[in-house]
Amino acid sequence: MSIILDQNSRIIVQGMTGSEGMKHTQRMLASGSAIVGGVNPRKAGQSVTFDGGVSVPVFGSVKDAVAATGANVTVVFVPAKFTKAAVLEAIDAEIPLVVCITEGVPAKDETQFVAAARRSGKTRIIGPNCPGIISPGKSNAGITPADITGPGRVGLVSKSGTLTYQLMFEVRDLGISTALGVGGDPVVGTTHIDALQAFQDDPETDVIVMIGEIGGDAEERAASYISEHITKPVIGYVAGFTAPEGKTMGHAGAIVSGSSGTAAAKKEALEAAGVKVGKTPSEAAQLAHEAIAALAG
Amino acid sequence: MDLYEYQARDLFEKHGVPVLRGVVADTPEQAARAAAELGTPVVAVKAQVKVGGRGKAGGVKIAKSPAQAGQHAEAILGMDIKGHTVHKVMIAEGADIAEEYYFSILLDRGERQYLAMCSREGGMDIETLARERPEALAKVPVDPIDGIDEAKAAEILTAAGFPAEAHAAIVPVILKLWEVYSDEDATLVEVNPMVKTADGRVLALDGKVTLDGNAAFRHPEHAELVDRAATDPLELRAGELGLNYVKLDGSVGVIGNGAGLVMSTLDVVAYAGEAFPGSPRPANFLDIGGGASAEVMANGLDLIMSDPQVRSVFVNVFGGITACDEVANGIRTALETLGDKASKPLVVRLDGNAVEQGRAILADFNHPLVTMVATMDEAASKAAELASQEA
Repeated sequence: MSIILDQNSRIIVQGMTGSEGMKHTQRMLASGSAIVGGVNPRKAGQSVTFDGGVSVPVFGSVKDAVAATGANVTVVFVPAKFTKAAVLEAIDAEIPLVVCITEGVPAKDETQFVAAARRSGKTRIIGPNCPGIISPGKSNAGITPADITGPGRVGLVSKSGTLTYQLMFEVRDLGISTALGVGGDPVVGTTHIDALQAFQDDPETDVIVMIGEIGGDAEERAASYISEHITKPVIGYVAGFTAPEGKTMGHAGAIVSGSSGTAAAKKEALEAAGVKVGKTPSEAAQLAHEAIAALAG
Repeated sequence: MDLYEYQARDLFEKHGVPVLRGVVADTPEQAARAAAELGTPVVAVKAQVKVGGRGKAGGVKIAKSPAQAGQHAEAILGMDIKGHTVHKVMIAEGADIAEEYYFSILLDRGERQYLAMCSREGGMDIETLARERPEALAKVPVDPIDGIDEAKAAEILTAAGFPAEAHAAIVPVILKLWEVYSDEDATLVEVNPMVKTADGRVLALDGKVTLDGNAAFRHPEHAELVDRAATDPLELRAGELGLNYVKLDGSVGVIGNGAGLVMSTLDVVAYAGEAFPGSPRPANFLDIGGGASAEVMANGLDLIMSDPQVRSVFVNVFGGITACDEVANGIRTALETLGDKASKPLVVRLDGNAVEQGRAILADFNHPLVTMVATMDEAASKAAELASQEA
């Protein structure tokens, strides 16, 4: 299994013909993903040939692309100014999964398209401002490097791209069922709780690693969900203990406001829910190894 | 970006929210002149700081003459309010207040929608009110697509316990505040207090607004609201270079790729520092981002080397999109360009994409200031140790 993304995922790329879109479509293809189309109204009818000789057709709209290819995933690389329109178009086309990589999307836009997806009931959004989702050996929708590690039994969910890569690297001997980057913005389409629920139900995931950071209360919410619904071992890590109050730390959502959103509060909530929380990424990876070993024993 | 009260007042006025006249002053003489211009028998002299609780701290005073306004301004300017120095005061018209209310709209991250909060008991600290008398504070979810219309505004007022006959005067003000929130891409609009005057007018007496930096492309005029004088000079320079930088108070400069990894690096440096004399801590947050070029790396290193508080630098890169050979070339370029100006030891940890090439470039460069360390924890420890020795 794996969660949300698997070998049956057929991916289109909105913004494929831009420089980021081209670079990452190439990388997704190289990692074995089924990229079945691109979307650009000005280049409809053309096709793009990537290294390795794969030719990917370009469609004028998400609806056309879905009708012609049976795509069930779209990856959005469209610039922030146009992201809302691109995601609303995908929701309108009722595509089941939108992976929005774009960083710098206004909070109003993301709040509105997340609400629109919820209303439609047909579309899940991952992101924005995220690395996407990878189920190693099956599919990769986004920008996660596919060569860090292969398939395995650790499920990983994180707000941060590079911390996802760092943790994947540290558990590379164990391998990953799915690594999901939910994104670092104040409002995201898929939450830690959605991922926890899916990992709990996934027979190929034995241990869950959850990476959080300062800002908002997603980790606190996840902690109360874990204590009620998750029976698999969960290992936590939280970044941002040294972040000062009132400063945005790179991610638009990573900000301590007054006394809320601190790393200490998140760690405390997770530990109260029985989650073992690593002090550093390598300690979290060590705890994941121990959890896997304990299951085997 | 948080706005000062006077900036919020201006923004409210632009959108037709009823406000009192107010003039900003940064000297007592200007304050006295402003009070004379306003011409009302009573004016308020209000400290402009981006922190709550200024009333209690003595940052708001009532003056009955221009001369007295000048005296109050003299007392308030330069005052320290919870670590914020007062550089400006606003001289505002006096008002004959009959009732004080509270109203705000904010982004509810957890519920992924907006939240309107409203109370008939305004004027006091809202966190205290929420804690001590939660029943007096109405919290009404606002759908991000539908927003606030007349019916929603009435719903909010009813939830807060306003009688129906009070709605007519307040609903239009709420609709204008919603316009500010939505049209200006705010993530917070708070009015505390919203007042009813003795003659029945409803006014926004004090406002707090936070604008969304990601929406700056829609609002070029918001750039003028940045208080450059109050921004750290290194942060200003970083902004001009397009670098994602936050100044901190320690001595270990930190550069990494990706916000999460850099935040984590700061923490790991702080833990590692506990083992060394003086407990060195991180000097800054600097994220060079995904796919950073050698030039970006060089700019970042140059910026950090120019910080007099920095005693050692830790470059922590996990190459996902970023290629380690680009990072290594950036370090090389920066050190070559800086020449003798580069005087601070550099600890480099590279992993991931093109790591062998990156490490080979630095090994070949063999610069006396550069130490390569294999893991993040060991590298943090080395950087902290060096900062401790250099101190």
